[in-house]
Amino acid sequence: MSAATATHAPSARPAANPARTIAARSLGYAGLCVLVVFFALPLLWLVLTPFSPTPSYRATLSGFTFGNFDKLFANPQTWPSIRNSLVLAIGSSVLVIVLAALAAYALSRVRIPGRDQLLYALLLLSSIVTGTAAMVPIFLMLFQLGIIDRQFGVVLVLSGGLLPAAVFMLKDFVDSIPKSYEESARVFGASPGQILRHIVLPVIRPGMATVGVWALVQVWGNFLVPYVLLSDPAKQPAAVVMYTFYDAGGQPNFSLISTFALVYSVPVVVLYLVVNRRYGFAFQGGIKG
Amino acid sequence: MASVTLTGLVKEYPGGVRGVDGVDVEIGDGEFFALLGPSGCGKTTLLRTLAGLEAATEGSVRIDDRDVTRLDPGDRDVAMVFQDYALFPHMTVTDNVAYPLRIQKVAKAERESRARETAEGLSLGALMQRRPAQLSGGQQQRVALARAIACHPQVFLFDEPLSNLDARLRLEARTFLKQLQKSLGVTTVFVTHDQAEALAMADRMAVMESGRIRQIGTPREVFQRPANTFVANFIGATPMNLLDAQVVDGRLDLGGFTLPVPDGFAVGEGDKVVYGVRPEYVLASPGDREGVPGRGEASPPKVSGMRGTVSAVENLGVNVLVTVDAGEQAVRAVVPESEEPGLGDTIDLAPAPGRALLYRADGDGELIGS
Repeated sequence: MSAATATHAPSARPAANPARTIAARSLGYAGLCVLVVFFALPLLWLVLTPFSPTPSYRATLSGFTFGNFDKLFANPQTWPSIRNSLVLAIGSSVLVIVLAALAAYALSRVRIPGRDQLLYALLLLSSIVTGTAAMVPIFLMLFQLGIIDRQFGVVLVLSGGLLPAAVFMLKDFVDSIPKSYEESARVFGASPGQILRHIVLPVIRPGMATVGVWALVQVWGNFLVPYVLLSDPAKQPAAVVMYTFYDAGGQPNFSLISTFALVYSVPVVVLYLVVNRRYGFAFQGGIKG
Repeated sequence: MASVTLTGLVKEYPGGVRGVDGVDVEIGDGEFFALLGPSGCGKTTLLRTLAGLEAATEGSVRIDDRDVTRLDPGDRDVAMVFQDYALFPHMTVTDNVAYPLRIQKVAKAERESRARETAEGLSLGALMQRRPAQLSGGQQQRVALARAIACHPQVFLFDEPLSNLDARLRLEARTFLKQLQKSLGVTTVFVTHDQAEALAMADRMAVMESGRIRQIGTPREVFQRPANTFVANFIGATPMNLLDAQVVDGRLDLGGFTLPVPDGFAVGEGDKVVYGVRPEYVLASPGDREGVPGRGEASPPKVSGMRGTVSAVENLGVNVLVTVDAGEQAVRAVVPESEEPGLGDTIDLAPAPGRALLYRADGDGELIGS
């Protein structure tokens, strides 16, 4: 290093007042702390309250007990509702993956005029389909079709709402597959079905995993659609059943609600970890050479 | 094996653009045939039409006696190697090579042993369990070749098979590919934009421009007697000298100097022509010096015809490309490195006997007949 640069280097940045720097930093960290507490408190409540002998609104642990779990699993609605949640979530997830993969492949490879506009329009409308606005017509439609109060109907409605976004995500994966892969297989005599099974689906598998988990989580957490479309408590999923855990006086039963909330969130977290480990999440397609 | 016959082949895209515009070619059994041309000339489209990936608008494709024009790619009994090799990234080398056999419903054990056999022939034996991403470019290319060989097709189609390799590897792969083709004896059509590659590998070649074939011949024919100025310009490491000339008093006036009309070209007085001679076929000797110092009697004989001053000297390794301003023309000549002239030197040039060609100055610039 030359002498010139050595003498210039310190003066390049004006020396800051150390006291002011410390004050500014402290203020910044204090702000961050408030923010962290704001987001962490509900999580803390979720983790602590189920083990508390006296569950309440407060996130404190005034002892340690598994009694709340015993109470929860003694409740006749707990296990069936979790099973219902699984049926709805897995059913919708599978339906979404299968239909979205086929649609994404077709939309990616066939030139249709206005293809992109169609996709964007569907994406925009899909948020309405599973939203509050369309609940009445959807209720009437399922009623006319005779699939009201049936889990199949709920799966159809939820899948319909998730499909546009799923197609949109998967199409990006299919778009990234070079055409030469398929052409090469075609020259060897592969049929379109074989090309899809042997080449396209295996290559977009990370995308399908992402979309599958995403759909599963969406359905797992959906309250409104099953609440409106399923009236039989024996068919309702966990998200709806949790809503019924009030005692006779209309007070929330904290021991049941908090424990159930924890049990309810565990499968999603586990699934996320497993899939992330196996495939890694990817929201964009890409072939790494 | 098989011959390939293309008759009046046309591929027209929606909008009236003709990627292939009336191509007639006969490719013999076991021949290594190159389709050469600048990018966008339709050579890849022609290959894809041959493979069946593009449907021909008019004309026919025959492999031996079978008309395959309307057949699906898989029913034509051809194998194609793509420019990017198109190896399936989720399959191992074994699965990739065995894929054509899997489509043909060959039992798993047999197709794996056949894949191994083919791959070992291309020295891929140690890599069978790897995936394409774990292979080098040259290895990927050999896997793609092995996959094409494994299905025992009647015709190989190669789309720019060497363009994804680095320069050094390309030379090795060129030799390897030529030896492989000769040992297998399978009719092969390959597309390239690199004229050196086509000249080096092909038994015969077609030079294409805008969907049409401008010349078909052996590399030697195409190099020595290009059929028109387009081919003359395209073929050769250095482009051919194409000099405007006019027949005056039975000689060619090139603007500042004259040359005799080469033998075997029928021209009339006053005709405007293009005088073509490759830089490699231009002889040079220093104009104002007697030989080159230190070379003694080994100096080439004195030549004359075009005298000019050296305006550029480019080193080609063992040779030197010299640009000479002679009269109104810039003439290029390739001279040995030992005779490299200096900038501004006066130099005499002459076409090597029998190497000069005359083209029509109008129309498509066709070679003038005798």
